[in-house]
Amino acid sequence: MMALLDLSLAALLLLLALGVVAERQERGAIIAFLAFGLMLGLAWLRLAAPDVALTEIAIGGGVTGILLLRAEAALRGRGKTEEPLRRTGRLAVAVACAMISAGLGYAVLRFATPAPTLAPAAAEALPATELGNPVTAVLLAYRALDTLLEKVVVLLALIGVWSLAPDGLWGGAPVVKPAAVPAPLAWLARVLPPFGVVIGIYMFWVGADAPGGTFQAGTVLAAMWLLVTMAGLYPAPDTGARLPRLLLAGGPVLFLGIAFLGFVFAEGFLAYPEGLAKPLIVAIEAALTLSVAAALALLVAGPARKAPAR
Amino acid sequence: MSMGLLADIATIVLVSAGALLFLAGALGLLRFPDSLSRLHAISKADNLGLGLIVLGLMPQAGSIAGGLKLVCVWLLAQLSAATASQLLARALQRDRTRP
Amino acid sequence: MADALPAVLSGAALFILVVTAIALWRVLRSGIAAERMMAVQLLGTGGAAVLLLIGAATAAAAASDVALLLTLFAAFSCVAFALGSDGEGGDRASPEDRP
Repeated sequence: MMALLDLSLAALLLLLALGVVAERQERGAIIAFLAFGLMLGLAWLRLAAPDVALTEIAIGGGVTGILLLRAEAALRGRGKTEEPLRRTGRLAVAVACAMISAGLGYAVLRFATPAPTLAPAAAEALPATELGNPVTAVLLAYRALDTLLEKVVVLLALIGVWSLAPDGLWGGAPVVKPAAVPAPLAWLARVLPPFGVVIGIYMFWVGADAPGGTFQAGTVLAAMWLLVTMAGLYPAPDTGARLPRLLLAGGPVLFLGIAFLGFVFAEGFLAYPEGLAKPLIVAIEAALTLSVAAALALLVAGPARKAPAR
Repeated sequence: MSMGLLADIATIVLVSAGALLFLAGALGLLRFPDSLSRLHAISKADNLGLGLIVLGLMPQAGSIAGGLKLVCVWLLAQLSAATASQLLARALQRDRTRP
Repeated sequence: MADALPAVLSGAALFILVVTAIALWRVLRSGIAAERMMAVQLLGTGGAAVLLLIGAATAAAAASDVALLLTLFAAFSCVAFALGSDGEGGDRASPEDRP
């Protein structure tokens, strides 16, 4: 029965992916992409990767969707100036995509069996980190450098978005609230965030021992903040204000600080002193969760559209 | 008849009823004549179906916390589906009056 | 009986997945954008039901967490869509920004 379920899931995902590509209208393609992202979460759970399932649903089905929908709404009616692709151009894109697909397929078919794995080594070293979730151990202990750089990349992306603001508006607030707020939205924005914040904190807290963690928790918190701001219950802050910037920088700065202290108190950069690994990791995760939440929310909010207060 | 067996039978009955409601929702979606009644079909039937499935899975939840989480999923679905349907219905209405 | 339960639960999951897929196909082919957005709502409830059933059938404890996020973000996306379809979303660029 489970094999049949997996096969149907795979077939459905393929059809949805084709639907996304074949759809000509932008909004239809975005909606199909959202459905694809939510469905992909189911597939990741069946692949025994609940951490990835949570991230896929939060990012692929949630934040990317609103980012794309807002971009589409902003572009609609502006008059498209760029020419549609010529036939040769389209052919070139199709050939390039087909070659990438063929290459990926070849790589998958060529996987060695049994696949080379570091899982036993990761599980063996797990007690030293005092964590229960091997994924968190990989992200914050074994490969902490990757995670650190990843968070910096998110910040760089945000700086890229901010830099699209005209000079006079630098440091001002983005506009998130629509011209008219429907009554049901205002109601949802009052009722949902308490649930959402609890779910976010829960995701962060279980992350040490069970699937979940900073990225999932940060995305939930960002979504709740966006909901409140979209409903106009609370204005979006100036991008130059101190609190958002502190939140944004806090996670990576704490992470870097603890990483450098590793030279003094442990074996080197990004090493944790023995016995203190778990509290340090939880502290880093807490700060990173807030940073990720602020960064994702402000990425969706976009560049400044109002002159800064003062 | 043991408690475990009784619980299993309850699970099977409730989950089957829930699955049938999902079928009813899909049939409504395929057969109903206009967008608003189609929206009606999925938002009502599917949420009731999810509720029955959550109720059916309750006896199988290993712990009280696990059972509570199931209820939370359903409550959250109620809360959000009600609002999301309202908002989608508004969007449909507007598309109709202003094509 | 105890051995039959996982099979019944995964059978129900398969059933709901197929039914949701059929409804999804119908909705995504619609010409009206708001009706297409029902696909996300469908996946919110149908997907959560499938996740909970799979979780109970295979004893995957994290399934209910995934279902929780699925319902949360499905609703969130519907809200985002309803605002975006306004055509006068707040993200509209100010005139001086236009090329």
